[in-house]
Amino acid sequence: MIEFQRFTLDNGLRVLVHEDHNTAMACVNILYDVGARDESPDKTGFAHLFEHLMFGGSVNVPNYDAPLQEVGGENNAFTSNDITNYYITLPSANLETAFWLESDRMLGLAFSEQSLDVQRSVVSEEFKQRYLNQPYGDVWLRLRPLAYKVHPYRWATIGKELKHIEEATMTDVRAFFDKYYIPNNAILVVAGDVQSEEVKRLANKWFGDIPARNKTVRDIPQEPKQTEARREEVHADVPVDSIYIAFHGPDRLSPDYAAMDLMSDILSRGNSSRLYRALVKDQPLFSEVNAYVTGSIDSNLFVVEGKPLSHVPMQQAEELLWNQLNLLKQQPVKSFELEKVKNKIESTMVFAELSILDKAMNLAFYEVLGDARLYNDEVNKYLAVTGEDIQRLANDIFVSGNSSTLVYYAKENKHVE
Amino acid sequence: MLNRKIAPAQHPIQDISLVEPEEIVFENGLRVFVFRAEGQELLKAEFIFQNLFSEPENPLLHTCLSHMIKEGTSNRTSAQIADEIDFYGAYLMPEYSFDQTSLTLYTLNKHVYAVLPIVQDIFCNATFPEAELATYIRNNKQTLQISLQKNDYVARRLFYNYLFGATRYGVTPTEEAYESINRTDLIALYGKQIHPGNCTLILSGNVTPDVLGAMQAHFGSPWKESVDTVAPTAPTFPAFVPSTIVEERPGSLQSAVRLGMPSVNRTHPDFPALQFVNTLFGGYFGSRLMRNVREDKGFTYSIGSALASLKYTGFFTIASEVGVDVTQATLQEIEKEFAQLSASTPSAEEVKLVANYMLGSTLGSLESIFSHADKFKAVYFYGMSLDYYRQYSEIIRTMTPEKAQEIAREYFDYGRLLKVIVGSIQ
Repeated sequence: MIEFQRFTLDNGLRVLVHEDHNTAMACVNILYDVGARDESPDKTGFAHLFEHLMFGGSVNVPNYDAPLQEVGGENNAFTSNDITNYYITLPSANLETAFWLESDRMLGLAFSEQSLDVQRSVVSEEFKQRYLNQPYGDVWLRLRPLAYKVHPYRWATIGKELKHIEEATMTDVRAFFDKYYIPNNAILVVAGDVQSEEVKRLANKWFGDIPARNKTVRDIPQEPKQTEARREEVHADVPVDSIYIAFHGPDRLSPDYAAMDLMSDILSRGNSSRLYRALVKDQPLFSEVNAYVTGSIDSNLFVVEGKPLSHVPMQQAEELLWNQLNLLKQQPVKSFELEKVKNKIESTMVFAELSILDKAMNLAFYEVLGDARLYNDEVNKYLAVTGEDIQRLANDIFVSGNSSTLVYYAKENKHVE
Repeated sequence: MLNRKIAPAQHPIQDISLVEPEEIVFENGLRVFVFRAEGQELLKAEFIFQNLFSEPENPLLHTCLSHMIKEGTSNRTSAQIADEIDFYGAYLMPEYSFDQTSLTLYTLNKHVYAVLPIVQDIFCNATFPEAELATYIRNNKQTLQISLQKNDYVARRLFYNYLFGATRYGVTPTEEAYESINRTDLIALYGKQIHPGNCTLILSGNVTPDVLGAMQAHFGSPWKESVDTVAPTAPTFPAFVPSTIVEERPGSLQSAVRLGMPSVNRTHPDFPALQFVNTLFGGYFGSRLMRNVREDKGFTYSIGSALASLKYTGFFTIASEVGVDVTQATLQEIEKEFAQLSASTPSAEEVKLVANYMLGSTLGSLESIFSHADKFKAVYFYGMSLDYYRQYSEIIRTMTPEKAQEIAREYFDYGRLLKVIVGSIQ
């Protein structure tokens, strides 16, 4: 349970405050309601590249990082397909420095050509490091366009290809800023050793005079129902075969989201989970196996993946995974097993409340979903899930026509050491 | 009218105040340190065992022990242990580090009585079933094959091998080494290492008198002390000679670069000052290496340096993954930064900034009672007390440009580094 206060400035900036005086630190988290799903198909990777540029100085503050470090603070940011989230933690005595820095870069960026040049290279290296120069690193570059044909979830946050990043221009940067980096498209959460009244005063002082601009109404093409099984097979420079099966599932606000999430826990959370028991431990068939939900705001992917042992042919590996999914369709989950995954959710939620940063991020994310109070109701949604819910959902989701399968075959005679 | 060009007033960063644990010794010799905090109904019980080696040192056996210990007892199968722990929403996490092996239990207070018997069973009656061991070996061999295709993994491995030779810090896994692990050796190591006299229990969270009573009931007299205990031995390291190792990996887009050398550990009086210079040089986002190699040149997504403290030594390391076309140029930039570090005193502003950053970071590292326990752990096994953190703060607060340069000249020298490059130098 996270208690918080909430108010909105005249310019539309939503502010949430959570007081926690067990720490001497404060956390200032600012979420912009823009992600890779808002990009145009010929300029992908831009939301993330833009996140890098937010550290390149702002209209009145030439250097973002140094003044923060000087008062004992740290910061970072991440971009997802749905949102862009920036956060600072610093000694609470220096809270105002965070307000100064964050408000100035919302007011205006320095738009330095040098910063754009350098960050294009940095992001290109990030692209190589994470997606190209790793075995299986390009899974999501392949799986997304296989599963999504229309929705912008068909590209990864890093972008479709290096070229899109290399071709980004300052004109694009300015337009993106004007469109999305406005107070009425942002959520500010301040958590930790702070006083609500003081936060209110600082929010008005630093953010109050930033003008609101027209907020773009999001008009994202939704993915039509998939009706045919899709498949991609790759012969790659990887040491071991690997398989990924992605199914479309409900969106984040669907009443079925919790049931879908618990279903992935039943399959693969912890050493007692079904896939791990059946395919890794009880019989030597896979070296690793996993199931999870992407957690997107719009329609989700439910992914089942595994690396079969060398004596297990891919066709058999695939059948083995499907057998486990079919079990969920055929038999309701027993109450012991359901209670087990619910207990895990309960304890995870308690542990998540140890960190002010986690609390601040959660509040911001649920606020962008519609209402931060949803966070406090989340555990009840999970507790209300029944065995019938899961069986019904398994029958909806785990059908061949709803699947996109990606297979990596290891190249033979490739054993360099 | 708000003047946005002027930064808000800075306020001094307070020192951390650490919780001193209560120390208890159970009747079987188990040493327990208790960190209490009310509020959340959470408990963390960390059982830490000192790694004990025999010749030739084979740390792979210890890693295997830490994972296999919860794979079956004379009362429970691996599946039963997993089922029970998961059912109560608890976590049982094995962890292996260079000097210690630990098993950590996280649980809600309300389930503590249900999960403690499982942990007790693990410490008293583990059986290391043959089939579970075969699974462990098979899966780790496959994971190793994948890791070996990652340039940064290969670079790290070559680095440890070269720096620490055939010792607990230098030996890295191979397929053959996995295959040679056997049940007899594991059981012998279990007998030697997993007993109360070689264990430290760090108990943190909502430790009520009832919880403490339950801990004593499970891990006091029922857990028998081993009959023949073995004293820890110190490793002998090869003499360090700087060298350059290049492993060409055709088709790489990036090279993994790892540089470093042995250094002092936490017990050395210079350690905090060394951490200061490390931070300034490569230890945070605003460091010289990051500003130059990433933020000015755009050669990499990330570059950083670190100072690691081990029980019998320490080491300094720099790591990055950089485009193959700029690998050589990156090394030149790193060399320039070393030269600069020794040649001129840093500005007073930079010294103050780094000091404040470090003090803020220390303050921020204390988030819950669990982090107080972590701070204690980081000094206790060196035979040091929490006074270390007072000295540390004092040294960081009073750091001067001259002192920073003096430390840099003594400890930071590009010519004395081991240089490992996996990928390509064009």
